[in-house]
Amino acid sequence: MEGIRTEPVTINLGPQHPSTHGVFRLRVTFDGEQIIDVEPVFGYLHRGTEKLAESRNYVQIVTLTDRMDYVASMSNNLAYVRTVEKLSGIEVPERAQYIRVISAELQRVASHLMATGFLLNDLGALATPLTYCFRERERILDLFEMLCGARITLSYMRPGGIFQDTTEEFWESLGSLIVDLPHYIDELEALISSNEIVLARTRGVGILSDEKAIDCSVSGPNLRASGVQWDLRIADPYEIYNRVKFEVPIGALGDTFDRYYVRIAEMRESVKIITQCIEQIEEGPIRTEVPFIIRPPVGEAYCSVEGPKGELGFYMVSDGGISPYRCKVRAPSFLNLTPLRDMLKGWKMGDLIIILGSIDIVLGEVDR
Amino acid sequence: MTKVLTGYDMAEAIESGVPGSVIKSDNSNVWVEPHSILEVSKILKNPGGLDFSYLLSISAVDYIENFELVYHLVSMRNNYSGIVKLSCSGRLEPSVPSVIEVWQGADLQEREIWDLMGIKFEGHPNLKRILLWEGFEGHPLRKDYLG
Amino acid sequence: MISLSGLIDFYTFYNFFRGIFESVGLGESSAWISYLATGILLSFIVINVMIIATAFYTWFERRTLGRFHVRRGPNRHGPFGLLQPFADVMKLIMKEDTLPDEADKPVMTLAPIALVAPTLLIITVIPLSENSFLGSLNIGILFIVGVTSVNSIAIFMAGWGSRNKYAVLGSMRGAAMLISYEIPMALGITSVLLLSGSLAMTEIVKSQDIWFIAVMPLGFFVFMAAATAEMSRTPFDQIEAESELGSGYNTEFSGIKFAILFLAEFMAPIVTAAVAATLFLGGTKGFDPIPGQAWFALKMFLVIFVLLWFRATWPRLRVDQIMAFAWKGLFGLGLFNIFLVAIEIMLLSGSAGELSKSDLLIMSIVNWTITISTLLILLNLFGHKKLERPEPVPSPLANMAAEAD
Repeated sequence: MEGIRTEPVTINLGPQHPSTHGVFRLRVTFDGEQIIDVEPVFGYLHRGTEKLAESRNYVQIVTLTDRMDYVASMSNNLAYVRTVEKLSGIEVPERAQYIRVISAELQRVASHLMATGFLLNDLGALATPLTYCFRERERILDLFEMLCGARITLSYMRPGGIFQDTTEEFWESLGSLIVDLPHYIDELEALISSNEIVLARTRGVGILSDEKAIDCSVSGPNLRASGVQWDLRIADPYEIYNRVKFEVPIGALGDTFDRYYVRIAEMRESVKIITQCIEQIEEGPIRTEVPFIIRPPVGEAYCSVEGPKGELGFYMVSDGGISPYRCKVRAPSFLNLTPLRDMLKGWKMGDLIIILGSIDIVLGEVDR
Repeated sequence: MTKVLTGYDMAEAIESGVPGSVIKSDNSNVWVEPHSILEVSKILKNPGGLDFSYLLSISAVDYIENFELVYHLVSMRNNYSGIVKLSCSGRLEPSVPSVIEVWQGADLQEREIWDLMGIKFEGHPNLKRILLWEGFEGHPLRKDYLG
Repeated sequence: MISLSGLIDFYTFYNFFRGIFESVGLGESSAWISYLATGILLSFIVINVMIIATAFYTWFERRTLGRFHVRRGPNRHGPFGLLQPFADVMKLIMKEDTLPDEADKPVMTLAPIALVAPTLLIITVIPLSENSFLGSLNIGILFIVGVTSVNSIAIFMAGWGSRNKYAVLGSMRGAAMLISYEIPMALGITSVLLLSGSLAMTEIVKSQDIWFIAVMPLGFFVFMAAATAEMSRTPFDQIEAESELGSGYNTEFSGIKFAILFLAEFMAPIVTAAVAATLFLGGTKGFDPIPGQAWFALKMFLVIFVLLWFRATWPRLRVDQIMAFAWKGLFGLGLFNIFLVAIEIMLLSGSAGELSKSDLLIMSIVNWTITISTLLILLNLFGHKKLERPEPVPSPLANMAAEAD
């Protein structure tokens, strides 16, 4: 309509905000309700992990890596110790590999439960699905406590294996959890996937096409939701993933609903993997003998794992000393934010929070 | 299983596309001229050629006499990966062309390298500090940074 | 039906005061003095009872939401946390009553009052017995519709007076939503009026030989959906969506002003439940020997519980979806319902234009079948399309099973 003059307004979705999953700042320019431009500002949680790693020895860095993606510690540990093992040529015993895979898959379920719970919380379902998701996550965290005494920042893995073996109590609890989880995931999916309001708000919202996802270095469930069937556990199997059978779910459209749905389907696959691992595991040593202060030979290595947020990789350069010369982290949440601007342009304010929540970022990893 | 292409294969492909850009190559890496990285990237991304469609990560390492930029690339269609390295000298304001036109994923990574290591990327539309605040002096990840 | 009439009857108090003042010897002026005294006493009763009822309603809501969330609600203050509302009120009173420098002071101070007053006024026309308060006001329903329109102004005042970008955005969305939903609410109420023939609330209760929810379920649905939106409760609570804009229109309010806004927000479901119970659930009608007022309380409790249930389980709709639902969905359904009821009355009414109980029974059966089939058809047309998920096809751009040669 001519004669009416409107002005775009710039609003700061500030670092302290109930829905930005951490200290994340977005400067959004609105024209009415529509988003014209988005400028993410991060770095509020930058602690200099890469620089700190250059002055700690290889075992101490395991604790640093825990705190990067603090929601999924096991995956961070796994990526790091695999890089150190590749750098120094250490072999890991089989039992350790099985337990590592079980921990990583349990951690994947816990991380996806948290992501789903918070996505639904952002949709406005007033914390009810969130508390149900957290109830199951509590059981997984109890299992971790049996393993290593901690719940969130675990530091469970060491170069060469894991640091302590499992107990009888752990296997019993794990067994009962594996029996309950599929019913629980079905219940969660039925409660939400056929809810009109969730569908109306997430279907077709924030579409990311497959070419754009590959071009923007997106990885993990976001990439798979856009239709690209790429999972590092099958493309480049590590540990014992080549001995377990599982599928890789993908999405059809690349919208928010697909990103949510792929996570739910991945949880089911993780349960299958854990079941097969429990059947296949045998007794044996859990750690090869390595000196406490490891001095890898001069060289470099890049190694990555499929974490719950995407491909988490470490690029380490060693100069023969007790600390790495350079330890670079390929953080999936950081790279998943690359297409944020293109995903948000043209949508409304209510969609902004939903789309940001569906990318599932953890600020500890974005900022390192 | 993702096959890792040897440096020699990469060097061959790069030489045939952009002659004169390869400095040296060994079994696992290939080094290219800093200012030819943009043409090299276009050759590498070419679907008819090596088809490296996915930029895994760009890393920067500070060897005191020079900086080294490492590009890890993956071809999803054919399931192999490769490494391209660059060596740029000069401590004050080393600069290298940006590969953002080829892979948009380089956007945030190059900003991070500028922020923490101090390597400028020519052609980047928005080269601002990303993890530290504007007005911060120095580049912390350098070996001679005394905080 | 036993009714404790005379309990909160206007004329009981009036005669009581008249007796006192005449015996004191005021003569002629005792009429208007006792009128005034009765008015003040009844207002005092209404305000106090409603405020205490709201306080206990907040306790009930928090405990029940806790149960939905697999946790207990507040249980620290007093047995079962019953003193929690008092703790909240004391905290809010002791907080600093902030007033931003550039805020529009009169507007900001009056906004909470403008929000509470209409809600309190509605209770006066609810027929708790024959002559309770203003139950026999002959424009009862019109009074309710008129008075609830004031809350859209009050919300806009709250946002505007705060002089805060987020608050103004939130309140503008709120005002737009509230104005849009008044029409479906009026349409739902009109269908009741067609059957009762009078605007007075006591007449509406009397004409419910069969409860109107059974006679016209579509009208009940339209009215409840519109009333939920008028109260800005989930699934329509976009204006105070905490996860998006801080706190919407009540960002800058703290202390007593916030306490009053909070009070108005939590009084609304009680009042809506009372209106819904009167219009659709038969008011104080029920079986002996339980008095009618107890039945009324039970019906109110049911409606409140259902509203709470929605809040605990459904996510919220986006603003444009809320508007579309009002203007396209509820408006159409409301009009359809009015035509349906009007046609049935025309066909079924006897010579005197009265509807007997058996007529209402026929109407209820016909209306239930029509409502269920309409809703099913609409859901199939607009809803299920979204449930279909196209089969995901792996993109040709990646091939993770490729065995590199």
